[in-house]
Amino acid sequence: MTAATELRAQQDRGRKVAQNREKWAQGRTYISALVILIWCLAPAYWMVVTAFRDVGFTYDTSILPSHVTLDNFKTAFDTSFGNRFGQALLNSVFIGVVVTVVSLLIGVFAAYALARLNFRFKFLVLGFILGASMFPGVALITPLFQLFTNIGWMGTYQALIIPNISFVLPLTVYTMTSFFREMPWELEESARVDGCTQGQAFRKVIMPLAAPAIFTTAILAFISSWNEFLIASQLSSDATQPVTVAIASFAGAQPNQIPYTAIMAAGTIVTIPLVILVLVFQRKIVAGLTAGAVK
Amino acid sequence: MATELGPTPVKKPASGGNGLHHAPKGVGEDNVIARQGKWASWLLAPTIIALAVVIVYPIISAIVMSFQADAGVDPETGFFTEGGPAGFTNYINWIAQQCASPAGGTVACPPGTLGSQFWSATATTFFFTVVTVALETVLGFWMAMIMARTFKGRSLVRAAVLVPWAIPTAVTAKLWLFIFAFEGIANKLFNTTILWTGSEWPAKWAVIIADVWKTTPFMALLILAGLQMIPAEVYEAAKVDGATAWQRFRMITLPLVKPALMVAILFRTLDALRMFDLPYILTGGANNTTTLSILVINQIRQGFNVAAALSTITFIIIFLVAFIFVRFLGANVVEQQTGASKGKK
Amino acid sequence: MKNRKYLLPAAAAGVLALSLTACGGGGSSSGGGGAAGGGDAAANLDGRGPITYVQGKDNSNVVRPLIEKWNKAHPDEKVTFKEQTDQADQQHDDLVQNFQAKNANYDVVSVDVVWTAEFAAKGWLQPLKDKMALDTSGMLEPTIEAASYKGTLYAAPESSDGGILYYRKDLVPTAPKTWDEMMGMCSIAKAKNIGCYAGQFSKYEGLTVNASEAINSFGGSVLDKDGKPSLNTEEAKAGLNNLVKAYADGNIPKEAITYKEEESRQAFQDGKLLFLRNWPYVYNLATTEGSSKVKDVLGMAPLPGKDGPGASSLGGHSAGMSVYSKNKATALDFLKFLTTEETQKFFATQGSLAPVLTKLYDDKELVAKLPYLPVLKTSIENAVPRPVTPFYPAVTKAIQDNAYPAIKGEKPVDAALSDMQKSIETQSK
Repeated sequence: MTAATELRAQQDRGRKVAQNREKWAQGRTYISALVILIWCLAPAYWMVVTAFRDVGFTYDTSILPSHVTLDNFKTAFDTSFGNRFGQALLNSVFIGVVVTVVSLLIGVFAAYALARLNFRFKFLVLGFILGASMFPGVALITPLFQLFTNIGWMGTYQALIIPNISFVLPLTVYTMTSFFREMPWELEESARVDGCTQGQAFRKVIMPLAAPAIFTTAILAFISSWNEFLIASQLSSDATQPVTVAIASFAGAQPNQIPYTAIMAAGTIVTIPLVILVLVFQRKIVAGLTAGAVK
Repeated sequence: MATELGPTPVKKPASGGNGLHHAPKGVGEDNVIARQGKWASWLLAPTIIALAVVIVYPIISAIVMSFQADAGVDPETGFFTEGGPAGFTNYINWIAQQCASPAGGTVACPPGTLGSQFWSATATTFFFTVVTVALETVLGFWMAMIMARTFKGRSLVRAAVLVPWAIPTAVTAKLWLFIFAFEGIANKLFNTTILWTGSEWPAKWAVIIADVWKTTPFMALLILAGLQMIPAEVYEAAKVDGATAWQRFRMITLPLVKPALMVAILFRTLDALRMFDLPYILTGGANNTTTLSILVINQIRQGFNVAAALSTITFIIIFLVAFIFVRFLGANVVEQQTGASKGKK
Repeated sequence: MKNRKYLLPAAAAGVLALSLTACGGGGSSSGGGGAAGGGDAAANLDGRGPITYVQGKDNSNVVRPLIEKWNKAHPDEKVTFKEQTDQADQQHDDLVQNFQAKNANYDVVSVDVVWTAEFAAKGWLQPLKDKMALDTSGMLEPTIEAASYKGTLYAAPESSDGGILYYRKDLVPTAPKTWDEMMGMCSIAKAKNIGCYAGQFSKYEGLTVNASEAINSFGGSVLDKDGKPSLNTEEAKAGLNNLVKAYADGNIPKEAITYKEEESRQAFQDGKLLFLRNWPYVYNLATTEGSSKVKDVLGMAPLPGKDGPGASSLGGHSAGMSVYSKNKATALDFLKFLTTEETQKFFATQGSLAPVLTKLYDDKELVAKLPYLPVLKTSIENAVPRPVTPFYPAVTKAIQDNAYPAIKGEKPVDAALSDMQKSIETQSK
């Protein structure tokens, strides 16, 4: 059913039965899309509603917004008590971008080698990379803390970026390898016959084809880094802390008070850049596909 | 869509592991391997180094620590003193659920100790893994198939699907804690009075629901990327041949998405086996929702060396699962990716 | 044969990994055990210079103005404020990591009362005796006890906290003095169709607080004077049994098993509870929050005990000095500065933190601002520090894991107490 509807739009016009079936299929698609929207957005909606609620009415359960206020957002960005939410937001973006770019770069190298080159110890390398994502993350903190203290990296950006790169690398390498193996490499060879070097052939022919996979992997890498909390909570400093750590230190005006409304406001703010990012990437993914199709 | 794959649409994806053998076999094969090996080591070096520093170094240090006893308090001075070498004691104690007896020797760990929770935490971890990964796979597949269709508002759905994932886990857990509070919106909306975090099954389902909500987008996105690489002509040809929707799904979609799907399932499984934040914040591990990772961090606060042994055990358990996965469930990610399957087919 | 293929990579990865550390200079020295390792308690006693003060999230902006004031008076011994997250667990782990790394920049650290013994026994805190002695006269006795380990003071009591019984003045004319009296008043709640009593019974640190209070209030104790568990007693049984019975009767509502501080406060503010055990912070919120239905009928009393006031669990923080600090003379001055009357008053008015100085509880100006102070004084004077032991994480787990099923009625009280006892015994070697 999947690509069929698309195809039919282009080629299969004319038959009435098919048209009816198409309408029916479209209808079902919309219903399914609606269900997905509700499932994904209902809890997030509750987050946003709570974010706009007066802190005195935190536990109000009316479905529609009530006791609306912007105070929580002001609290979130208020720097007078040493909250550095704005700075933390920038830190997260910076760390996320560097992690994504670097891990994709070296991940694509590795994936290319694994998918295209013939060499000894390939099992070993694949097993090693997979093995790296089997150790409980909570047990990594202490050794890393001591390592970074010894070399004077505590609280620096690289102390946050390098662990994150390592966390996303196994997934990046495996995903890219699996996609690379599905590529029509004959095209690369014909490009080389036309006089391209192997590098040029890779850049000009293979990369555009791999665009959807690369952007998918980029999103995976970015969000994984964006979500990371445990390592950052121990290895960051006031100046470098990412937004996850900043949210965890959100405190109510009173000890013991859990400022749900401010936390939800922060959650809302954190989610927005991601949604924008995805919408931008959307275009890129679609562009990558059409570019290939034109050729 | 995907028509760029036109030249060799049917042959290519079905062939699975043919990619790298453009190098002629036979004469000079060793030379080729050597040359490519040199290339490969350069391309792989950054990845290997990054993993070695951040992951391998801690693993080794944990393994070394796990053979040391934890510091104990000297009853005279009240200060901690070095524990000394412990051999396999830490490992044996975990697996046999033994604790030190005040009278000397060991006794079965009484309820109320971390040591008494090893097997129940293992069972809980596996339960969560199986249920969440299964639900996420099915839901993720369904979402991906919907998102692969063309319809108005598709990009809205694609963006919306990522919202749960974009919210940091720490916030997600607080959000669900808030939703599942006794006076919270979940009970209000469904007109129930369930103590979500107060008894075993509701607490387990609360964790599962929150995890599935949060992580399905990961699955959906990876599967979607796989779907997009299937040439539309393949479906077209199948339809001309009169294949039903179900046949097309089983004979075309599933096999062609399988590589991407298996990578997704494998990594989700490894992740789920290390599940920590959600149950930790949502239930604090109460009502039999303690996972192995929660047990590790609780033990770290009581003694590092014993915790290191538990980390290593967890590592081994996950390794075994990955092994079984690769071996028996056809998730031959390793083999398939090395191209070794060629001879078989 | 086929299986081999899969085993190989991982086995090889292991080998590779081993050889890597061999080059990396040995991972064994990193051993985190923290054993015996403490620093030199005799070094740097006269050191003066800039120091860092480490504390969890500064909720109500009290630390910054204080430090500004200090820095104006001590331009050569400036204090830098290092703020941790708001989560107690993470504060604890952050301190442990830095002590293990012998970080000289964590000069003065704010330590939760339950961590003092652990940090002291690890040799991380500078004993406050002899040259480094600190004057504790005028401080509430339980706060000193909680900052001491084996008879030596290891930290300066900084702020305190104790449980308060909140009640509905409109429904109950005078507060109950004993537990039985309170249970007797539950018929009023029943008539109104609301819950009678709640504390914090979710399985977390709050349950340790509530269960210990129940046990201590009836004459029992979790640990004896030598730090050995002493739970197999009639008193402990009677105390824990009170909670079990009340939960079974419905005097403690069913949902209280999911309550932490905030959920229980919410239920009380919504008018769904007659009595609530909670911390002093509830007063401010219950009297000011827009949704509160108890604004004008909020009563406060000491926790009810067996024959009189019950024994509250003690909360609060102490300020400890790291043995690794290079400027201990400055650090000691700063500790003294934190415990002056002026500073303590500022903590109380600005941050609603309970002072550690006895006389401030009778200060008219303060009481006018914080009407719960007299009640809190009784509460803290009768307070029992939560078990002072270097094995606190194990002890609190033993209490939580056994009190929780006992209250839910899934485990007999006797069995719960004897398992608590055994659990603590096996873990405090």
